[in-house]
Parts: sequence; C-alpha cells; structure tokens
Amino acid sequence: MNMDVMQLFWITGLFVLLLGVVGAYCVLMTRNLVRALIGLEILVKAVTLLLVVAGYVSGHEALAQSLVITLIVIEVVVMTVAVGVVFGIRGNTGSLDTRHIRNLKG
Amino acid sequence: MYSLLILVPFFIVLVLNLPFKVMTRKVAFWACALFSALQVSAVLALQGVFWGNHSEIFAGFLRFNFWIDNLTSIMLICGGLVVFIVALVEKYLSRDEEQTFRFLNVLLLVLAGMNGTVLVRDLFSLYVYLEIAAVSSFILIGLNKEKDACEAAFKYIILSVVATVLMLSAIAIFLMIAGDTSFAGVSQALSASPDKLLIAMAVGIFLCAAFIKSGVMPFHGWLPDAYSASPAPVSVLLAGIVTKTVGVYLLIRLVYTVVGFSPAIVQILLWVGTVSVVLGALAALDQKDLKRMLAYSSISQIGYIVLGLATGTALGLAGALFHIFNHTIFKSLLFVNSAAVESATGTRQLDKLSGLAQKMPLTGTTSVLASLSCAGIPPLSGFWSKLIIIVALWKAGLFGCAFVAAFASVLTLAYFLTMQRMAFFGKLRSDLEQVKEVGFGLALPMIILALVTVAAGLCFPWILHRFTLPLGMMAGG
Amino acid sequence: MDLNLALLLALLAAALWTVMTRSLLRSAIFLALTSIILTVLMFRLNSPLAAVFELSVCAGLISVLFVSTISLAEPQSQKDVIQHMKERMARFWFLPVLLIVLAVVLCLKTVRPAVHLPTPENAQDVRIVLWQLRPVDILGQIIILLTGAFGVVIFFKEKVKK
Repeated sequence: MNMDVMQLFWITGLFVLLLGVVGAYCVLMTRNLVRALIGLEILVKAVTLLLVVAGYVSGHEALAQSLVITLIVIEVVVMTVAVGVVFGIRGNTGSLDTRHIRNLKG
Repeated sequence: MYSLLILVPFFIVLVLNLPFKVMTRKVAFWACALFSALQVSAVLALQGVFWGNHSEIFAGFLRFNFWIDNLTSIMLICGGLVVFIVALVEKYLSRDEEQTFRFLNVLLLVLAGMNGTVLVRDLFSLYVYLEIAAVSSFILIGLNKEKDACEAAFKYIILSVVATVLMLSAIAIFLMIAGDTSFAGVSQALSASPDKLLIAMAVGIFLCAAFIKSGVMPFHGWLPDAYSASPAPVSVLLAGIVTKTVGVYLLIRLVYTVVGFSPAIVQILLWVGTVSVVLGALAALDQKDLKRMLAYSSISQIGYIVLGLATGTALGLAGALFHIFNHTIFKSLLFVNSAAVESATGTRQLDKLSGLAQKMPLTGTTSVLASLSCAGIPPLSGFWSKLIIIVALWKAGLFGCAFVAAFASVLTLAYFLTMQRMAFFGKLRSDLEQVKEVGFGLALPMIILALVTVAAGLCFPWILHRFTLPLGMMAGG
Repeated sequence: MDLNLALLLALLAAALWTVMTRSLLRSAIFLALTSIILTVLMFRLNSPLAAVFELSVCAGLISVLFVSTISLAEPQSQKDVIQHMKERMARFWFLPVLLIVLAVVLCLKTVRPAVHLPTPENAQDVRIVLWQLRPVDILGQIIILLTGAFGVVIFFKEKVKK
C-alpha cells in the first residue's frame, strides 16, 4: 500500500487513542451515572472508527463493515441493559450520584 | 449438530414465551434442567464419534462453522453442569414464580451464549457470543433490583465494556494485518507477518482485555463485588462458569491457538498468575463475609490456571484444563453451601455464624469436602490438578513459581480452615438454635457436586490416561 | 486528506464538548452530533452501509434512550452540579486544549512506519459477506436482541408494590 493510506491509518489511530482517553476520562471523573454511560459510548465510537479505518486501509471494507454492523447492534443492547441497571439504582437510592454507589468496597 | 447447542436453548426461550401462561411456567424449570443435563451427557458420551470436526449446513442456506476439540468439550460439560445446578438452586430459593420464570429464560440464554463462545472458530464471532453471555449475566445480577446487586452490576458493566473495547481494538489490528478474523487465518498471518511492533501492541491489548474479563490481578476490581452482591444462584453461575468461559477460555484460545507462546507472553502470564495466586490467597485470609472470601479464593485459583497455561507445555495445559473442571465443581459447591447458609440463617458474616455443623450436617460435610479439594488435599480432585500444575512448572525450569504455587496452597488451606472453624465447627450460637438443614432442592446439587469431586479424585489414574493427557495435546483450531 | 483531518479534529472536539458540558441533556445531544461526524467520516472511508447503521442507531436510537433516561430521572440540585462542573473546568481547562494541540502537532510531525498488508481481494458486497460468510454473527445478533428484549421487560417495568 502506498504511503498516503498508511499515513491516514496512523493519524486516525492517533485520534482513536485520543478519543479513548476522552471516553475513559469521562467514565472515571464523573459524578453522574448517565454520564459514565456516555463515556462508554464514546469509547465504543472510537473502536468503531478503528475498525472502519482498518478495513479501508487493508482493502477489506466489506468484512469491516459487517463487523461494525454487528458491533453496533450488540452495543445498543448493552447500553439498553446498562440504562436498565441505572434505573434500578435510581429506584433504590433515588439519585444518580456515583457517590451513592461506593457502598461495596473494591 | 453443534449448532443445536445454541439453537435449542434459543428456541426453548421462544417457545416458553408463547402466550400459554400456566403451562409455560410449569414447563420452564424442567426444560432448562433437562437441556443442561442432556448437554453434559451428550458431550461425555459422544466424544469424537458423533461430533467430528467439520463445518455444517443448517437449513440448506446458512453455513455455520462450529468445531469441537478437547478444550471445547470440557467447557461444554462444565457449562451444562453448572446451569443444571443453578436451575435447581433458583427453583428452591425463589419465592416468586414470575421471577423464577424470567430467571430461567435468561439462564438458558446465558447457556446459549457460553456454548457459542466455545464452539466458534473466529475471533469476532467469539466476541459476539461472549457479549450474549455477558449481557445475560448483567440481567441476572440485577434481576431482583436490590441496591447492592444493581451497584455490582453497574461496576461489572463498565469494566466489561472497557475490556470489550480493548478486545475489539486488537481484533481491528488483526483484521488489518491478516485480512481475516478466523483463528486459522490470524494465526497464519501473525507468524508470516514482519510487523512485529504492531502485532506486539495488538497482542498486549488483547491480553489486557482477557485479564480484565478473567478477574486476575491487577484487574480484579469488579470480581469481589459482583460475586458477593449478586443473588445466591447468580453467584454460583458467575463463579462456576461465566468468568471462566468469558475470561480464561479467551486467554487460552488467544495464547494457545492464535498467537502461540513467545518469551514475552510467558513472562507476562507468569507474573500475572503468581501475583493473583498469592495476593488472592492473602486477601481471602482477612475477609469477614463468606462470599467475598470465596470470591478472592476464585481469583487465587484462576491464578493457578494461568500459571499452568504459562508453562507452555502439554502437561501444564492439561493441568490447567483439569483445574478448570475441578474449580467449577468445588467452587460451585462452596457457593451453593453459602447459599444454603444464607437462606437458613439469614447472614453471610462469618463472625455471626458458629457451630452450624450440628444443625446442618449435609452442608457442613460437603463444605469440608469442597474446601479440602480446593486446598489440594489428596485424594480429592483438587490435589491432582494442583500437583500437575506444580510438576509442570518444575519441569519447565520455573522453580520459583513452583515454590510459590505450593506455598499458596498452604495459604488456601489456612483460610479455608478458618472459614470452617468460624462457620461450622465450634459451639452453636444461641441465636442459631432454630436453624434447620436445607431441603431436598438444595441438598441434591450439593450431593451431586460432592460426589463428582470425590469420584474425580479417587478415579484419577483412570481419568489421567483417558481424559487429562489427551487434553494436553489438543487438536487445535 | 485534509478533509479527513478536519473531520477527525471535529470528532475529537465534539467528544470533548460532550464530556465537558454542564447539562446532561446537552451532553446527549453532543453525543448525537459526534455520531453524525463519525457517519460522515465513515462515508469518506468507503463504508456506506456501516455509516447508515451508525447514523440510524447511534444518532437516533441511543439519543432517544439517553434523552428519555435524563428526562425521567430526578434532576440533581442544579447549583451543586454547576459548581462541580465549574470546579472541574477550572482545574482541567488545559486538558482539551492540550489534546487538540497534541493532535495537530503529532499529525504533522510523526514518523509513520509502513505496514505490510495482505493483497486485497476483489471488492465484495457487504450483504454477501454478512449473510454467506458470517451467518454465525447473524444468529448471535438475533439471540442478543432477544436477550435485550428480556432486559427491557425486566428492568423497565415499574414495580407495582414497593
């Protein structure tokens, strides 16, 4: 492959890494449970981008796209269940504060 | 034929949700128990003859590519057994029939996911079925919506998604290098490719994901909370099979089938295994909650399995696989015991329990058997698997690790004796006078598991030649 | 090439805005915006089907999910939240700036080693790949959707007695 395409891969890889950092920061430093879920979503978007770029660069876009489609379906289900658990927490403690879920020691 | 293992639970769940309310509630438990028992017997009885390695045509137009080899058969047997036990435990412990019905449905989906995980021969499909099993476990943990359970479920979800993201990044890099995500394709391309740095990065990321999902140190943060705060039958399920399938199986497949052993990987596995074994045992020593102690004990035992894998020899792998089987049996038994104790006395705190052996003889006896098996006392089965792992470490020249593994065995004995002494032996506390032994519903799983662990220990020479050594030389993907 | 770089920077900026913004509702809306930018990027990378999926599912379904969660949940005391956000913004103001500067600098300067790639096969249609080569994944999707349905039924039903 020519240099241009590989350049694209490494640049995008860098951005994927930065997106990952942003998502991880969101999950770690938030006091609200829903925002933690938003951080998880950002992490998943970073991986989606990485998959698409890997497909583009290596010429196997069809395979990468089918992987991405399956991935999106699965992550929607995971997010739905996560939101359900957040509802469960809210039902029990009445708030969405992460400080209220430090009950169990690590 | 193998796709049946995934399709049948799926269809059972569909059928159970048809609008025949009265009949389906009654049938649900029997369907679940029957299928899991059938799974165990089918895999045991039809080894190699019926199953062969091939891809198969289903319904003429969909081609499923499921293979079975020795590692897969062990995981299928363990999965079927634990799901059978969990169905029994849930039926006995639950008061609400609607909730039991939902539990059994989702339990069948967990089984379908786990069967799929061990049957596929493609990295991405592995991820898909892993997520099925994981999502179903999230639902089961939070099923009764208690405060602690939801909290534990949330932490588990976050760490599971992070591990998933890491795993997918590695798969993306493999896709780029190999153009394919199946085990054979990736394995070939990795050995032929000259981009060592990129491959090393991808493998490192994948290893981190597998370690997070297995709950080994230092990525074990979610495990004690998830095991102790979830409802009793779910703890049995998680500790007995789910963590091993989604975590340890992933690790073994990656290292053994896809990537192969390299010195760096062996070093990483040795460190992670040793740290888990020792720190897990030390942490278990000062736990006051019965389930948390069992959770840290699980971390320690999974460390043993990783050590067995790290040796890179057929003997080490055989020891690791046999230990997976043994750990399934005795850890499930211990968690069923803790469920029995909790349902009979209402507490899990060790300092509030004492002298239970007088009132609950069956629970006490099986608990002693499971503890001794876990600590590696002959002639119970745990002794043999630990011995094989230690011998494999010794033979591979890793004397330090062998000593550490043997030392940790002593620690294991220590904390289990502490638990036994505090909970079962000694004088009966005055407020535990009305405690009664558990009924048949919980006694049956305990008896079955105890019999298996004793039998596996006593019949070991026969098992050694028939099952264990062939395990070490797997047919591969 | 330049348009791709601009899109990537916009993606990072939108994600940063999602994380650092005050109200949860705006956070969810910026998440949808991030999805849209990602969709455009995927179109440019020859993946139209995946882009459409991303747009409809992530920018659509997930935003609906989050917005409904946020509106149903108890609002925290506003002053408390704003105070916390201001503190965080004051402490970490350098983080977003640093990230964007780092991104631009590294883009222009880094040495990028070449990677040996396999020869690509003839371009195949995604539908063929998905249905004929990967039916296992399709089965997995069906099963996980069933699991999701159970999750919804179990978690989203209001408890009648409390």
